[in-house]
Amino acid sequence: MTVLVGYVPSPLGEVALAAAVEQARFRDEPVLVVNTSRGDAYVDPRLAPEADLDRVVRELTAAGVPHSVRQLIRGRDAAEEIVEIAETEDVSLVVIGIRHRSPVGKLIMGSTAQQVLLDAPCPVLAVKAR
Amino acid sequence: MDNLASLLDGFATVVTPMNLLIALLGVTIGTAVGVLPGIGPAMTVALLLPVTYGMEPAQAFIMFAGIFYGGMYGGSTTSILLNTPGESSSVITAIEGNRMARAGRAAQALATAAIGSFIAGTIGTLLLVLVAPPVVAFAVSLGAPDYFALMLLSFVAVTAVLGASRVRGFASLLIGLVIGIVGIDAVSGQQRLTFGVPLLADGIDVVVVAVGIFAVGEALWIAAHLRRRAAEVIGVGRPWMGRQDWKRSWKPWLRGTAYGFPFGALPAGGAEIPTFLSYATEKKLSKHPEEFGRGAIEGVAGPEAANNASAAGTLVPMLAIGLPTNATAAVMLAAFQQYGIQPGPLLFERESALVWTLIASLFVGNLLLLVLNLPLAPAWARLLRIPRPYLYAGILFFASMGAYAVNAQPFDLFLLLTLGLIGFGMRRFGLPILPLIVGVILGPRAELQGRRALQLSGGELHGLVGGWVSWLIYAVIAVVLLWPLLGRFVVRPLRGRLVTG
Repeated sequence: MTVLVGYVPSPLGEVALAAAVEQARFRDEPVLVVNTSRGDAYVDPRLAPEADLDRVVRELTAAGVPHSVRQLIRGRDAAEEIVEIAETEDVSLVVIGIRHRSPVGKLIMGSTAQQVLLDAPCPVLAVKAR
Repeated sequence: MDNLASLLDGFATVVTPMNLLIALLGVTIGTAVGVLPGIGPAMTVALLLPVTYGMEPAQAFIMFAGIFYGGMYGGSTTSILLNTPGESSSVITAIEGNRMARAGRAAQALATAAIGSFIAGTIGTLLLVLVAPPVVAFAVSLGAPDYFALMLLSFVAVTAVLGASRVRGFASLLIGLVIGIVGIDAVSGQQRLTFGVPLLADGIDVVVVAVGIFAVGEALWIAAHLRRRAAEVIGVGRPWMGRQDWKRSWKPWLRGTAYGFPFGALPAGGAEIPTFLSYATEKKLSKHPEEFGRGAIEGVAGPEAANNASAAGTLVPMLAIGLPTNATAAVMLAAFQQYGIQPGPLLFERESALVWTLIASLFVGNLLLLVLNLPLAPAWARLLRIPRPYLYAGILFFASMGAYAVNAQPFDLFLLLTLGLIGFGMRRFGLPILPLIVGVILGPRAELQGRRALQLSGGELHGLVGGWVSWLIYAVIAVVLLWPLLGRFVVRPLRGRLVTG
């Protein structure tokens, strides 16, 4: 069994990662860090730069949690990718960060968090940035 | 001082609230398309041509001038922050600018690019004011054979001098000339290449050609090659420069301007060559040569000034003689024709108010661009987050709407798609776009001048050779065409003899 965390390079991503590490220790399971981008814009702030991922790996190693990191750029939404991994692999818990969206923003862009919460086959832990 | 008075009249037209608003709109759109790689000012002017039908010609050209200069500014932002040049003329900026940004000096790089562009644009436009009238005075004295020769030179120059391959350049030019020929021959009334389709008898509208080749072709190309890889953008604060940066920037700005303007004004100059030259010069003259390749501010200041000065230079042949030397100028010439204004040396005389308004709007647009770009560069960089499918869907929508609006005929949409496929094929096989557009726009005019010359001489070929001007131009054409052979058989042995002797 694995704890899957949806990671983005922002304070939100960091709290999600911290929560995932805590859960992994508690359950004695490895962490799978997933960072995705549709990759169809010239720039995507949600795509973690290499330096960021290196730091995540260092932190996880220092924390002594077994881990793996996956970066996916294949033109699909973050929610689709996370739900698919949760469905096909042995995932016990999905950890995501959530935030306020304006009604209009939600109408236009949809909500990744909502899609994960409703579609994932396993329990989902949603954390907020302070 | 007749010109000064006309220029002041031009300013008076530009600074009315409505026209200022249009200038602002133009520079905003220009900067936006400059920031986005793959979407250039030429495509944008082509897309907006049908939209501007309802406007006064002066207003349309105020907007186009803003887009033209804005594209140059926007390109540098992308080069510096993303290491992907937004425009071909900012390739050099990407080298040093991106290094500066990675070293945490993005703000300084953006500032020197924006201020340098402003200074070069202003000096360049001033030079345009000074240089254009004498060129016009000279051009008015030329006859039909001279014009024919000049246009031939223009064809040869854009195909043989710019771009990597002459064969591909000429292939592209020929496609353009063929597209330009379609329709009823103005002299004999014969139908040419219409294949019996009555809708083709009027010829293919230049707007449809430009939109098809630039917009639809590019959209298809992107759709076929959507690389799923996003880059990280480097964060910046408000662009500004320290004392040291000013000290190191002002000389490169002026030298870059000195390179850029003449190259832009030449029929085959373009913006790429002067940026290279400027970079090489700054590298040689710099007191900090060790910084080059690792983020030297001179390497951003010089080339950025050069590409803006060359943009101003491009307007000299365009306004004074009616010869386009880059894609945006070519599309702007098409715009003149759409408004029923005949480009050429008589433009300054017949449409004096329009021309001087256009020039005055360049000064105003340049100032607006500085105000818009210096504090807002980080905001512009956010445009890069738009997913490309949305972007190109919008472009295709505008393209189809524009092509349909020209004549309100569904047939034009088929033409648009066909031309888009040609544009796609050209990108696929590395054919440059500029010769095609120049061929389409200049081809019919060259034919007109050539036949006029032949009619005057009663069909004798010597009618194509007028005074000394045409002899000189034909000589230049011969040199350009034979340059590879000359290089092999004359220059290289000579050099060898000099070295051994």
